[in-house]
Amino acid sequence: MKSETTSGNRGLLQAEPLIFESGHATGTGVDLPAPKGGKGKLGGLERKAALDLPGFSEPETMRHFVRLSQKNYAIDLGLFPLGSCTMKHNPRLNERVARFEGFADLHPLQPASTIQGALELMDELAHWLCTLTGMPAVALSPKAGAHGEMCGMLAIKAALEARGEGDKRKRVLVPSSAHGTNPATAVAAGFIVDEIKGDNDGRVDLADVTAKLGPDVAAIMMTNPNTCGLFERDIKAIADAVHEAGGYFYCDGANYNAIVGKVRPGDLGVDAMHINLHKTFSTPHGGGGPGAGPTVLSAALAPFAPVPHIVKRPPPHAGEVLSEAKGRGTSAPATPPSVARDARDTSPAGGGGYELREHTDGTQAFGRMCAFHGQMGMFTRALTYMMSHGSDGLRQVAEDAVLNANYLLARLKPHFSAPFGDGPCMHEALLDDSSIKPKGVETIDMAKALLDEGYHPFTTYFPLVVHGAMLIEPTETEPKRELDRFADVMISLASRVNAGDVEFFKQAPKLAPMRRLDETRAARQPRLRWRRGQNDTGEKVAAE
Amino acid sequence: MRYLPLTDADRQQMLGVIGAKSIDDLYRDVPKGALLKDLIDLPRVQSEIDVHRHMQRLAEKNTPAGRTAFFLGAGAYRHHVPASVDHLIQRSEFLTAYTPYQPEIAQGTLQALYEFQSQVAMLLDMEVANASMYDGSTACAEAAMMAARVTKRKKIVFSGGVHPHYIDTARTACEALGLEIVALPAAVDDEAAVTKALGADVAAVIVQSPNVFGTISDLTGIGEAARGAGALMVATFTECVSFGLIEPAGAYGADIVCGEGQSIGNALNFGGPYVGLFATKEKYIRQMPGRVAGETVDADGQRGFVLTLSTREQHIRREKATSNICTNSGLCQLAWTIHMTLLGEQGLKRLAQLNHEKAVALAEALAKVKGVEVLTKRFFNEIAIRVPGNAREINATLATQGVIGGVAMSRLAPKAGMDDVLIACATEMNADADIAVYADALKKVIA
Repeated sequence: MKSETTSGNRGLLQAEPLIFESGHATGTGVDLPAPKGGKGKLGGLERKAALDLPGFSEPETMRHFVRLSQKNYAIDLGLFPLGSCTMKHNPRLNERVARFEGFADLHPLQPASTIQGALELMDELAHWLCTLTGMPAVALSPKAGAHGEMCGMLAIKAALEARGEGDKRKRVLVPSSAHGTNPATAVAAGFIVDEIKGDNDGRVDLADVTAKLGPDVAAIMMTNPNTCGLFERDIKAIADAVHEAGGYFYCDGANYNAIVGKVRPGDLGVDAMHINLHKTFSTPHGGGGPGAGPTVLSAALAPFAPVPHIVKRPPPHAGEVLSEAKGRGTSAPATPPSVARDARDTSPAGGGGYELREHTDGTQAFGRMCAFHGQMGMFTRALTYMMSHGSDGLRQVAEDAVLNANYLLARLKPHFSAPFGDGPCMHEALLDDSSIKPKGVETIDMAKALLDEGYHPFTTYFPLVVHGAMLIEPTETEPKRELDRFADVMISLASRVNAGDVEFFKQAPKLAPMRRLDETRAARQPRLRWRRGQNDTGEKVAAE
Repeated sequence: MRYLPLTDADRQQMLGVIGAKSIDDLYRDVPKGALLKDLIDLPRVQSEIDVHRHMQRLAEKNTPAGRTAFFLGAGAYRHHVPASVDHLIQRSEFLTAYTPYQPEIAQGTLQALYEFQSQVAMLLDMEVANASMYDGSTACAEAAMMAARVTKRKKIVFSGGVHPHYIDTARTACEALGLEIVALPAAVDDEAAVTKALGADVAAVIVQSPNVFGTISDLTGIGEAARGAGALMVATFTECVSFGLIEPAGAYGADIVCGEGQSIGNALNFGGPYVGLFATKEKYIRQMPGRVAGETVDADGQRGFVLTLSTREQHIRREKATSNICTNSGLCQLAWTIHMTLLGEQGLKRLAQLNHEKAVALAEALAKVKGVEVLTKRFFNEIAIRVPGNAREINATLATQGVIGGVAMSRLAPKAGMDDVLIACATEMNADADIAVYADALKKVIA
C-alpha cells in the first residue's frame, strides 16, 4: 500500500512495526548484575533452542507501547456502548489500592499469620456480595464469568450427585438468547443442552420451559436481566417450576449491574449466579481481561462450594477454638463451608482470625477451580468500588444505568427498529437493522460508520434471537450531554441511510487507524506469530 | 456520588423524554414484592479519603513478602518488575479498552497480542501460542481436555512432579467431562513411572519441568514413549523465567506446552490475576482453547491484526466450542509482553542465570545445616529439602522470625506422605544476606 506520507505516520498516529522488525536480540531495557559464573546444577539441560527475542531500552519500549496504545479506543476516550459488556468508568482509586504493597506483594502460600488482612478483605467482599444478592454463600475463586458459570454448574452437579440423581439428571435448559458461554459451560460440565424458545416479547417462554421440564432436567441457565436488555417477568414462576421439577436455577449475572441494590437475586429463586466483578463492580476490562467471577450460592448449593474456604475462627475467649488439626469437623462452624461465608454472621473476626481450608477432605466441596484463591487484584478493586458507592450509591448505579439506556431507546426508536421497544428496557437498549436493511445498510455498516464518528460501536449481531441486533449499553457513568451527542450521531446516520447514501456506509471506516480488515483471509490462512524471514505479505505459516 | 455524572435535573428531564413517571416505573417488569423499597443494609457512600484509609488498614494487617527473608515459590514467584511496565499498562487506551472485537480501533491491543503470541512461542520453542488463559493451572486443565479431544481418548496421566493444585484443578474440570485422571505418587523425579503408565487408552501424559520440587528433566524419553503410545505429551510449568536458561519442553517435542506466566511482568497479588501461557503445534490449532490474534490486511492493503479462528469459540460455536473461556488475562498478558520486550534475549538469559546462582547458593547454605538434606539434584531456582521434623511447623516457627522459608509439601498435598519436605525458592530478589539469615534461623529452629 502506498502511504500518504513519507514516514507512514498520519499526524499524531505513528506507524509502528512489530518489535521483531525493529528490535534486536542484543538490546535490553534492564540492568542486572553480571552473573558470577559458578558451577551450575542444571545437569546438562541448558537451553540449546534459539531464543532470538528482541530487547528494547526503556525509552524505546515506552514509545513502542504508547504508539500502539494510540490505536485503541477506550472508555476514557468516549462512550463505549457495547451491550452486554458494561463499559463503565474505572475509578482510579481502585488501581491505587490494588497496588498497595500489603496486597500486591503477598504470595498466595504465605503462612496464615501474615495474610490476615487479605483474608479479612475477602471476607468483607463476600459479605457485600452475599448481602447485595440475598444469597447465603459465595465462592470467590472463579477467575471470570465463564469460570463462575462452571463453578455454579459443578456445584449443581455435586448437589445432584449427593441426592443420588447425578446419572439421571443430565439435561440443562438454555434459552436461545443466552450468551455463548452458557451452552459451552453446560457441555464442559458434562450436561446436555436443550434450547428453549423465546416468546414474542423477547423473554423466555414460560410454556416452553414447563413443557421441557422433567425428571432428567438438572438445571435451567437463564440471564436476568436477559441479553435483550429486558427483565424476565416470569422469572419467579420459572424458578418455582424448575424447583418443583427437582432442578436448580443458574442465573447468568452478567447483567446484574441493572438491578444491584434494587432487586436481590436470592428473592427470585436463584440457586447460583456468577457476578462479573469487571462489569458490575468496574474492575478494568484491560483489553480482554483479567476479570473475576465470584459465584453466589443458595443454601442448597453452599456445602458444595469449591476449595479454598475461608474459615473464621472465633476469638479464644468465646470458649471454642476451631482447629481442624484437633479433628474438629468441618460442619462445626456456624458459617457454611465456602469461600464463602454466611451473610447472617457479620461479626468481625475479633480476637480470632482467619484460616484457609485448601483441601476437600472431610467436606462436600466439589473440587478446586484454580491453583490459588482467585483474583485478589480484582477483589481489592471491587471492594473499593462498593465501599466508595455504598448501598445508596450502588442503587443509584443501577437506576442511572437503566435511565440512560431508556433515554437512548426513547431518542432512537423513532429512527430505528426497536424490536421490544414498547416497554421499558433495563440497562441496555436493543435495536435491529430491519428498518435500514431494505435500503442496503446492515448492522455491520452502521457499526463501521460509527468508527468514523469517533465511537466504539454497540454490540453487533447479539443476541442471536434478533436478526441484525444492535445492542446499546451506555452505563451510568455517561453524562446526559454525551448521550445526546451519541443519539444525534445515530439519528444523522439514519438520515443518511434514508437519503440512499449506501456507499458512505460500505466504505466506512475511512478515518479510523485502519480500514475494514479482511477477517476471512485471517481465518483461512492463519498467521498467528512472527517468524524471521517472513515478509510483509508473507507466506502462509500455519495451516490446519 | 463522584462517579455518577447525572444531576437530579437531568434525571427528571430524561424521565420526561422517556414518558415514565418515576425510575421505578422503568422497573415495572420486576415481579411484585421483589423490587426493594429500602436500601440494603450496608454502609453508605464514602469519600475517597475514607475508603483509602479503610483499605490501607487492611493492607497493613498483612506482612508483604518484601519485608521478610522470602523463599516462597511453588507456583508464584517474586521477581522484579520494571517500573515502566506498570506505567504502560495503566495507559487508559490499554486499561479501559474492551476485547478487540472492532479491529479497526483496537490495533494497539491486537498488535501487542500478536507480539505476545510470538514471544511465547519463541520462549517455549513451539509453533503457535494463544492470547492467554486465566493462569497456569487452568491452562493445564484446558490442555488435558484438548488432548482428549485430539486423541479421542479419556485417560490423563499426571506425573508426580506436577504441582498438586494443578492436578486438583484439572481433576475438577476433567472428571466433570467424564475423563479419568491418573495422578502418579508425588516424586522428586519420576520419569520411569510416567513412561510405565502409558497405554493405548492414554490421551496425554502431563509432566512439569521444572517440577514442583524444582527438578528439571530431559523429556526426550517421555516424549518418545508418548508418541509410541499415540498419546500427547503435555508439559506444564510454573516458572517461565527458567526457559532463559534451560531447554524448554518444545525442544523435546511436546505437543502442548502450558503454564504460568506470572513471573514476567506480574506481581504476586496473593494468587491472581496471573496469566496462563498456552502453546501447541500448528496441526492442533483448530482444537486450541481461547482467543488468538492473527495477521491480515485492511481494505487498503495495510497489514493489520484481528482476532481469528473464532469458530472454535463459545460466542460462535456455543455448545460445540473448544472451551467456555471468554474473558482472559488481557492486561496481565500485556504486562508480560512489555516486560519481555524490556528484557530481550540478553536480559532474560541474565535474569535466569542470576536466579539459578541464587538457588545454588541457597542449596549449598541449607545443605550445611545439620539434619537438612537437599532432595533436588538438577534444578533452576527452586529446591525441595528434607527437614528433621514437620515442615509445616518448622515453617510457621520461621515465619515468626521474619523468614518465609518455603512451602511445606504437606500443605499442597496432605496425603503425599511428605510431611518433612519443604520447597524453597530463590530469585534475583534475594540478597545473599537473606540466604545466610535463612540458614541460620533454620539451624536454630531445628536445634
